[in-house]
Amino acid sequence: MTESRPDKYMGQALKRKEDPRFITGTGQYTDDFVLPGTLHAAMVRSPYAHARITNIDRSSVDGMPGVVAVLTGEDVQAAGIGPIPVGWLLPDLKVPAHHAVAQGEVNHVGDIVAVVVAETRAQAEDAAALLAVDYEALSSVALGSAALAEGAPQVHDDVPGNVAFQWEIGDEAALNEAFNRAHKTVKVQLRNHRLIPNAIEPRASLAQFSPASREYLLYTTSQNPHIHRLILAAFVMGIPEHKLRVISPDVGGGFGSKIFQYQEEVIVLLAAQKLGKPVKWTARRSESFVSDMQGRDHESVAELAVDDQGKMLGLRVNTVANLGAYLTLFAPAVPTYLYGTLLNGVYKFPAVHARVTGVVTNTVPVDAYRGAGRPEATYLIERTVDVMAHELGMDPAEFRRINFIQPDEFPYQTPVALVYDSGNYEPALDKALEMMHYQELRAEQERMKGTGKILGIGLISYLEACGLAPSALVGQLGAQAGQWESSLVRVHPTGKVELYTGSHSHGQGHETAFPQIAADELQIPIEDIDLIHGDTGRMPYGWGTYGSRSAAVGGSALKMALGKITAKAKKIAAHLLEASEEDVEHEGGVFRVKGAPSQSKTFFDVALMAHLAHNLPEGMEPGLEATAFYDPKNFVYPFGTHIAVVEIDTDTGVVRLRGYGCVDDCGPLINPLIAEGQVHGGIAQGAGQALWEEAAYDEDGNLLAGTFMEYAVPRADDLPHFQTDHTVTPSPHNPLGVKGIGEAGTIASTAAVANAVMDALWHECRIKHLDMPYTSEKVWRAIREARGGMGQAADD
Amino acid sequence: MNVTVTVNGKAYTRDVEPRTLLVQFLREDLGLTGTHVGCDTSQCGACTVHLNGDAVKSCTVLAVQADGMSVTTIEGMGTPADLHPLQAGFWEKHGLQCGFCTPGMIMSAAELLKHNPDPSEEEIRHHLEGNYCRCTGYHNIVLAVRQAAGALRAAALAEQAADD
Amino acid sequence: MYPANFDYQKASSVAEALAVMAANPDVKVIAGGHSLLPAMKLRLAQPPALLDVWGIEELKGIRREGDWFVVGAMTTHADVLRSELPLFPEVAYEVGDPMVRNRGTIGGSLAHADPSADYPAAALALGAEFVIRGPEGERTVPAGEMFLGMFESAVQPGELLTHVRIPATVQASAYEKFKHPASHYAIVGVAVIRDANGQIRAAYTGAGEKAERLHRLEERLNSGQPVGTGLVESATLLGDRFASPEYRAHLVDVLAERAAARV
Repeated sequence: MTESRPDKYMGQALKRKEDPRFITGTGQYTDDFVLPGTLHAAMVRSPYAHARITNIDRSSVDGMPGVVAVLTGEDVQAAGIGPIPVGWLLPDLKVPAHHAVAQGEVNHVGDIVAVVVAETRAQAEDAAALLAVDYEALSSVALGSAALAEGAPQVHDDVPGNVAFQWEIGDEAALNEAFNRAHKTVKVQLRNHRLIPNAIEPRASLAQFSPASREYLLYTTSQNPHIHRLILAAFVMGIPEHKLRVISPDVGGGFGSKIFQYQEEVIVLLAAQKLGKPVKWTARRSESFVSDMQGRDHESVAELAVDDQGKMLGLRVNTVANLGAYLTLFAPAVPTYLYGTLLNGVYKFPAVHARVTGVVTNTVPVDAYRGAGRPEATYLIERTVDVMAHELGMDPAEFRRINFIQPDEFPYQTPVALVYDSGNYEPALDKALEMMHYQELRAEQERMKGTGKILGIGLISYLEACGLAPSALVGQLGAQAGQWESSLVRVHPTGKVELYTGSHSHGQGHETAFPQIAADELQIPIEDIDLIHGDTGRMPYGWGTYGSRSAAVGGSALKMALGKITAKAKKIAAHLLEASEEDVEHEGGVFRVKGAPSQSKTFFDVALMAHLAHNLPEGMEPGLEATAFYDPKNFVYPFGTHIAVVEIDTDTGVVRLRGYGCVDDCGPLINPLIAEGQVHGGIAQGAGQALWEEAAYDEDGNLLAGTFMEYAVPRADDLPHFQTDHTVTPSPHNPLGVKGIGEAGTIASTAAVANAVMDALWHECRIKHLDMPYTSEKVWRAIREARGGMGQAADD
Repeated sequence: MNVTVTVNGKAYTRDVEPRTLLVQFLREDLGLTGTHVGCDTSQCGACTVHLNGDAVKSCTVLAVQADGMSVTTIEGMGTPADLHPLQAGFWEKHGLQCGFCTPGMIMSAAELLKHNPDPSEEEIRHHLEGNYCRCTGYHNIVLAVRQAAGALRAAALAEQAADD
Repeated sequence: MYPANFDYQKASSVAEALAVMAANPDVKVIAGGHSLLPAMKLRLAQPPALLDVWGIEELKGIRREGDWFVVGAMTTHADVLRSELPLFPEVAYEVGDPMVRNRGTIGGSLAHADPSADYPAAALALGAEFVIRGPEGERTVPAGEMFLGMFESAVQPGELLTHVRIPATVQASAYEKFKHPASHYAIVGVAVIRDANGQIRAAYTGAGEKAERLHRLEERLNSGQPVGTGLVESATLLGDRFASPEYRAHLVDVLAERAAARV
């Protein structure tokens, strides 16, 4: 077996180890699990954005076939179930109680009013449709800025003025001074509209309770099972933590939406305990639309100042962040520490200042969605930078180039708290320009004038901070949890190896990438290594997968655990070889004595002896197993340049994404196939926001895009072939040198596509800014008005 | 009502309510959970199976409508030891991430290759408009289908040569 | 996910279907089910009983009768797509997606009279005829009298659309569609044909409550004038978040120009 092992697995585009089960339909997702005697829960959801519940008539479903129980907010309260907590606190944060089932008042369409449990899912849905609930409608508000207006409806009595928090970062005096000496300034009003994540697997949960041992088992669609166990045990249900096992099996995409502690998970656990039978709930897609945490939703004003050389002097940002009806797990962190601290981008800003107001409204809560704060920051910076470049008459690429932080300036302290670990922005820009034949595109843009089609070239240079996170730092900033990661390596007597991680794979390919790291460290074939994840009953502790942290933090923990294994293995090998440890080298898959290559022991020999323990060094414990905990020293800072090319049909306003190319730098690639795949998917999601996706609400909080009939997820024929490439600038502070790549595509592409559309409209008819999504009528009207001499579409 | 449906070559008779969707029949009555449900408006295509040889959305066919018919699901396409060229293509080209849309995607692509053994990128993209993927951006799915098309053409040629 | 429960029966002939409908006026006919079942799953429709006509053999297939093609109502979009019919294959390519086209039927779609369906524009432009059978016997309805309003066709309760008659010979035809980005239904679809005598006939769908002939376009083209603008009055059209009446009226002009250029 060992003979077939390549020199190095890291960096190889290996096919994924996990794929055989997915391509043959034998993956196991939460809804696929069947426990004997399972009952089914259906949620009764509020049709009102804001209302008082005046009566729930349980008798309205009495005697319906199969109905076992109806649970209301009163039952939840009587069971001593607490509200779902927020995981990140800010000074003076106002936190409205978020109950598993509404207690007296509903605050968004889709809020859970009651639960029907029945023998079959169909029976539960039948009864849920008929349960009689009386409401007294209250006035409601959906838009963040509208909720701040005087006399706006109050969403919660304990959140005065609907303001959950006010937060700022940066030196405002320095910023004002920078603007005073500016040669030119631009001001742009930007709306970063709301999105619905729409992982293709709807959320699902299945709970079981064993009365004898008082143990709970929860299968759920989660990116981070340990976080659920902690929250449910310590905060919500008062279950001893060791009596709750959370399994997050195969999960059909998350994109952030499966991080959070959801009401339904509490409900199925409570119902299973009360009814003494397993209880399952699986979301219908139309439920997902009104119950999965949503993303983005900022209204901002950005002002950028430059000197007479085009050097950036300062950025001023004022943002209203719509948080929805309740504050969920990371909600306060997303528009603050994951947004405001990123507003420096890749540029040498002497001063940046941002003010953020977090507002509650009668809409579905907003929390982390792929990129979480960083796409909002990137869009704001890069859109504003393009507006400035246009007004200065400078090429957007050159304007960026002269403002980049230079490679010899790292580590780089920004004016908004972060210290960038490493970066080299110009090579990525140049490579992207070359890849997309930028100058030829500009020439084509000129040639196309007057043809009824306009070409737009959108370029952005992004930076993101990921690899969450140094625990002490985030603790100071309000996080209620650590952000380290752990890994366990268990070597069996036969030399086969199990890796365990507290991070979770729901598409990211951990089951291949982690063994690639291990195969190199242990110098054994990758076929002998499997990764196990997603089960609090089997795993060491961990914090899950979000914020592009799995490779940088989870991978580093693995590397540390592997180091402990090889150190012990070497000791055993030296002992067996009757050589001193210093004279033994681990090379070519064997431990051998330097200078006497015929004397060697394989990893199998060592693993076997570790377990037989017939001949171990004096005082050594048997076994070959190690756990490590890795707490990162800093975030990691991937970066790159993305270029989108769009064609606009001026007759209809239709925008076609014609081409897309990008150069990303996430340090060394563990598996280029997987890394590229992450970028592709990220691009699609970001482009989706720029062109099609919009969780539109009416003024009163009714979701106008509540099914795939109205909410446009990108389809295969909406997207072009992507060109991808990378540069490699390692992170200096983690053992693998890796940075994250899971969110980069989305962080970059929304801004790139938006800039492409606006580049076209600027060149054609001097339109300065339009808000996304660039739907056809919006674009058509803007062109028509601009040509009709009706001036700029955005205010100045 | 009693229905008999032949699934992956084996006949199953079950008593179902008329409202039982074919996908629920497959998943819940037969335990064939490779076919997934991703939406309730007949759009995402995660539930795609073949009904009498044609790709259909099994969330929009009643089990009673499939009475007497034959169904092929992802479980009937190939095994890890004997993959269908589409399954191999998706694996080789990294045409999947979370895997949830993958069975439907493969069943839909199989329909395309049945009618068009050498589809262009544009034809593949148009054909797959009824299958949503949120992970891959479709890029590698297109490559996977092209690779599978090539493999199937090569196999057909080899078969022809053997017959000649 | 689950529809409310209902009774179900399958008809194996038109006569049987008519008898069932006569005996049970509440029964709802289901063909491909791609409009009805999603509505039932969302419980926007809760028919007490379904009558499945999808499998009726006498309603399947396309045959030539002189100057006409006679298309069985249960012919699927997929079969239409691969047929020799004028214009309809191009339109079928724009209907739903491949899986929808394998189940959905030409008759089901036309009888349903969804204002954003594609076929009605083609049927009006080509001058198709609809063969409808009911308790009183069979009648033939010209395309101009088929689409009465939003989700309202000439097919009355107790009746079944059995065949669509489509003129076999046209000199040229084109269909231009502007899709809703999410549903892929037609925001506007415009069909233009040049008939056997060289005359232009045209119709649009999607923009208003029902598909309509584009008389203004026909008059202009048949008298040698350009397509021009203002083919329909925006006041007569639908509007939503994605496309206002004014925009839809504009799209009719644009798509008419593009379709006309191809015939």
